[in-house]
Amino acid sequence: MNLRRDVFQAIADPTRRAILLLVASQAMTAGAIAANFDTARPTVSKHLAILTECELLQQEQNGREIYYHINAKNMKEVADFIEPFRQMWDDRFNKLEAVMKNYKSKK
Amino acid sequence: MEQKTKVHAEDGKQEITITRDFDLPVDLLFKAYVEPEFIEQWMNTKVLKQESKKYGSWEYETRDPKGNVAFVATGVIHELIPDQKITRTFEMGGTPFGVQLELYYFEAVTEDTSRLRMHVIYESVAQRDQVLKLPFAQGINWAHNRIEEVLGKLK
Repeated sequence: MNLRRDVFQAIADPTRRAILLLVASQAMTAGAIAANFDTARPTVSKHLAILTECELLQQEQNGREIYYHINAKNMKEVADFIEPFRQMWDDRFNKLEAVMKNYKSKK
Repeated sequence: MEQKTKVHAEDGKQEITITRDFDLPVDLLFKAYVEPEFIEQWMNTKVLKQESKKYGSWEYETRDPKGNVAFVATGVIHELIPDQKITRTFEMGGTPFGVQLELYYFEAVTEDTSRLRMHVIYESVAQRDQVLKLPFAQGINWAHNRIEEVLGKLK
């Protein structure tokens, strides 16, 4: 786990992308982040550790709580935000393919 | 595994290319782009107007589950060659993203498979980058909705 992880690997996972989206609007505690997912809490913690390791998230101590906030400067490269865009089109095209296959089979 | 959908966007350019291989004959792929019945299904939108011909115009409207208009997209078709090419403009109403010029190239790979290449040109590099970030923005709204849901349950 000491290996510095690749940003691409970090954002390839849908849960990690969702975490980034959540935290993009405001700093949140691990508990508040986990409340947004059906996944088990330790799984969310693991995702947070990976995102922190590759410096997409930063931790900040505030009293007894640790808040996670987004490290905006690492999110600015086109390469970093293109993957969600690609996924969106991939989903859309998958739907197109399914709709037309369905039509073809009914003909 | 090779990705089915590829997006090519170079830093500092005002265009992108999206390429996708389909397990569909080219005529069916083309149909998905010109017939309202199919557009509505795969784009998950309402087609208010779709004149699939040279200089025809088109208008789509998407509503959220509450029935409010979420977005309106409009444009004009400049060229339409069946099973080969569509050139059209695209503009999302009420957004600062400007007008996009979209060129769709349809190509048969085999009798049952086809390829789509979508070349999109934006008004500026800044606008292109904003659109690329859109899914992130949508995701944030989605996250906000989830938060509202969670908070709503606590009340």
